[in-house]
Amino acid sequence: MHLKIPDGRGFKSLRARLLFIQGMNVIMNNSGNFSLLDHQLIPHHMVLSEKEAAQVLKEFSSLQPIEKEQLPKIKSTDPVIMEIGAKVGDIIKIIRKSQTAGEGEFYRLVIE
Amino acid sequence: MTYNVPKRIKEIRFGLISPNEFRKMSVTRVITADTYDDDGFPIEMGLMDPRMGVIDPGLRCKTCAGRAGECPGHFGHVELIAPVIHVGFAKLIRKMLRATCRECSALLLDSTQKKQYLSQIRTLKKMEQPIEDITNDAFKEARKPKVCMYCGAPQLEIKVEKPSTYIEKGNEHDHKLMPSDIRVRFEKMTDDDIEVMGINPKNTRPEWMILTVLPVPPVTMRPSITLESGQRSEDDLTHKLVDIIRINQRFQENREAGAPQLIIEDLWELLQYHVTTFMDNAVSGVPPARHRSGRPLKTLSQRLKGKEGRFRGSLSGKRVNFSARTVISPDPNLSVGEVGVPLAIAKELTIPVNVTSRNIDHVREFIRRGSEKHPGANYLERADNRKIKITDKNCDELADTLEVGWKVERQLKNGDVVLFNRQPSLHRMSIMAHEVKVMPNKTFRLNPAVCPPYNADFDGDEMNMHVLQTEEARAEAKMLIHVQENILSPRFGGPIIGGIHDHISGMYLLTNGKNRLRKEQIIGLLRSSDIQEIPEPAGEEDGIPYWTNKQVFSYILPEGLDITYTAGICTSCTECKKENCERDAYVVIKNGQLIHGTIDEKGIGAFKGLVLDRIVKDYGQTLAIKFIDSMTRLAIRSIMHYGFSFGIDDEDIPIEANNQILELLKVAEKKVMDIIIAYNEGNLEPLPGRTIDETLELKIMQELGKARDTTGNIAGKYLGIENAAVVMATSGARGSMLNLTQMAGCVGQQAVRGERIRRGYSGRTLSNFKWDDLGAAAHGFVKSSYKSGLSPTEYFFHSIGGREGLVDTAVRTSQSGYLQRRLVNALQDLEVQYDGTVRDTRNMIVQFKYGEDGVNPMKSEHMKPEAVRKIIESVTGREIE
Repeated sequence: MHLKIPDGRGFKSLRARLLFIQGMNVIMNNSGNFSLLDHQLIPHHMVLSEKEAAQVLKEFSSLQPIEKEQLPKIKSTDPVIMEIGAKVGDIIKIIRKSQTAGEGEFYRLVIE
Repeated sequence: MTYNVPKRIKEIRFGLISPNEFRKMSVTRVITADTYDDDGFPIEMGLMDPRMGVIDPGLRCKTCAGRAGECPGHFGHVELIAPVIHVGFAKLIRKMLRATCRECSALLLDSTQKKQYLSQIRTLKKMEQPIEDITNDAFKEARKPKVCMYCGAPQLEIKVEKPSTYIEKGNEHDHKLMPSDIRVRFEKMTDDDIEVMGINPKNTRPEWMILTVLPVPPVTMRPSITLESGQRSEDDLTHKLVDIIRINQRFQENREAGAPQLIIEDLWELLQYHVTTFMDNAVSGVPPARHRSGRPLKTLSQRLKGKEGRFRGSLSGKRVNFSARTVISPDPNLSVGEVGVPLAIAKELTIPVNVTSRNIDHVREFIRRGSEKHPGANYLERADNRKIKITDKNCDELADTLEVGWKVERQLKNGDVVLFNRQPSLHRMSIMAHEVKVMPNKTFRLNPAVCPPYNADFDGDEMNMHVLQTEEARAEAKMLIHVQENILSPRFGGPIIGGIHDHISGMYLLTNGKNRLRKEQIIGLLRSSDIQEIPEPAGEEDGIPYWTNKQVFSYILPEGLDITYTAGICTSCTECKKENCERDAYVVIKNGQLIHGTIDEKGIGAFKGLVLDRIVKDYGQTLAIKFIDSMTRLAIRSIMHYGFSFGIDDEDIPIEANNQILELLKVAEKKVMDIIIAYNEGNLEPLPGRTIDETLELKIMQELGKARDTTGNIAGKYLGIENAAVVMATSGARGSMLNLTQMAGCVGQQAVRGERIRRGYSGRTLSNFKWDDLGAAAHGFVKSSYKSGLSPTEYFFHSIGGREGLVDTAVRTSQSGYLQRRLVNALQDLEVQYDGTVRDTRNMIVQFKYGEDGVNPMKSEHMKPEAVRKIIESVTGREIE
């Protein structure tokens, strides 16, 4: 997906603009291709297949069966969701780094 | 009428109640202000009409045939001779009068505007959003036109005299709008116009805001009390209703007799006053109606409003039985899991015991002691549910007739589990289960080591105690909320119960350095700590065996405890000498023996205690409780053994130290002057991101701060580490070196919002300073120490700084209290499920793993992920990174 890359023209001083462009270059890895997923603060997102999604729901149904609507939600307009091309109704798996747990798994249901 | 027909509520509609509705729900019209006749019977169509419900036992309600207690009461009504305004709607009436035409009552907006507002309101309503903004806008717009766009009538300005008088400003003279005039105007309004003004025309007509009928509340709502003298005393509401009906009658008589307009208006106003105060006796601009004794009457609004009102006082606030409240005081000889209960309270509070074949003899003893000799019994419930009070006279007889299946309410005795609580209950440790220890005198006694979780001190604090009434409750309390289960705080994964104040000073005095103690001395120290046998002496001197101070502390440590850390007294030297530390700050405990180091706040203190932390986590809570008990007792014994006192002369410093401090402050003032001169000459280099003025202030503050700290160091040097205040500050028992600096050295800069004091007269803080004086003294630098005393100007500046601190704490507590309330309300229904997820009541997943990592913070190591490292270290015996 192509985003219009801002050139920092809104800044008043040249110094601020230079700093901004520098920052943008860091994000874009100096290549001009900008992907949100490359950013270090964005955790790993992935779309689950139907089989995997069913597996996830089963995992959290040990006490009583749950529907996917009972999972936390994420909007389909979320930048990362748009980037990975998930559709409404998909279940997203997010793997975040944690100081205490090493890695944590999170699931989100994509909604409108 | 039957009350037990189950009904389902389909919807609730809010609106105004119409006069017809009032009449329909009324069981009688009230026409006379009298209550009872000469024989003491309620008068028909009077204020106490028996159709409005009964309060006297034995009588039956003439409407529902219910007895007193069964009959809920029924409304009556009074037909008001002239309409009056309902004060609660005075503001809305004002707004509506100003927004509508005085001739045709049309809302003064053109039809397109009306349509627009209407559609906006309807969509907002559909979305269940508030419509206030739209209606307020409509009111504002409709007030503007000077001429009605529908009938062409010129509009007049409407003035309001609080609370409910409306005056039309005419060209020549003003005209008072009577409630009847207003009612006529409101009657003419169309449903569409009403809706634009934010009123639902289906439920409400605006003219209903002006009362023509007044409902009379049921007798059950305003019961009269019969005094001992046989005289009846009526409720405040009844008094108010009497007033209303009397005026109403007088009004009618005068009008029928054709009294002059002036008298009619006076009576009308009086009726308005009585109806107003009947609903709200605290309206501004209206003198409150008073009782004969001069006490303001408690009318409808006063019954609901405020702290003691129906909502906060009766519905949200509950009083409970089996509870006690009194002042707390310390008793270090109690275990932390105990609470000292005054005998008088123990005799009053009871625990129900079911009599069985196994405990009948035991229970019989309680009854035989009666209710006066302490562990006795107060009540007895027979198998037929009859309750009998046990007295000195009948106790023997009752004890003999006691049968299996009865219930006995026995008095509180030692070992019973009770809940102990101190408000504000901010975290779960604010309520803990303790074991009762019945004691003489009138205060609750608790071990000072449990003060931190309750945030209690003994300057007059009171605490509550609740006696558990069922076996299940007692079991639950013992297993979940007993003090023992709450040594570790789930807030930070460390002990919240532990040594405070003298415990820490005492331990410091005992364990610092190496001392030799004789046999009598160690027995004296250890006698209160459950001693079985004296340990092997450390050595012999002149044929007399001696023990070391470290041995004494080791005696209360569990066997096999290994821990090494730097104590709180460590000054973080550049190169740590470890075991050879001259301050004895490197603590080494091997196999339950203190080998090196001083035990201070970091060892045994609440919140920080590392030794305590290790014992709870490695040896269990039961042993930890024992450790805390013997530790506190040993500490108290030690502080008494070594002696510890603090007086005013402990702040004395020698003259040379004083001279040094004076010299230093003089130099600092000189430096400040130099900075000011540089500033005035424009030679001051601004700091990055600061203006020159800010730089000046910053540099002066820095210089003066440095000066104060240096005076502290000088004072500290001369006071020496033996000084009691220094011992308390370094060991972490109480106070800080800063407190000492201020007492012995120099109080320092007084600040308001982090800046030097600038407020006061124009250009100067006080009139004895020169204008634009930027010097230290003119802006709140206090050179004196608390010991030497402050000069008048210093005292004044100090008060300014002190006041700010006071205001800050007051604001902070109220704000954080409200924040906590909102958080608790938002999160109270979330629950950790057995599969580790956190879910709400709809079974929606909030967290996939509790805390997103599944860690129980109570069992974590001070919130750091170090558990694994600790385990590996303890198994391999090696230190790892």
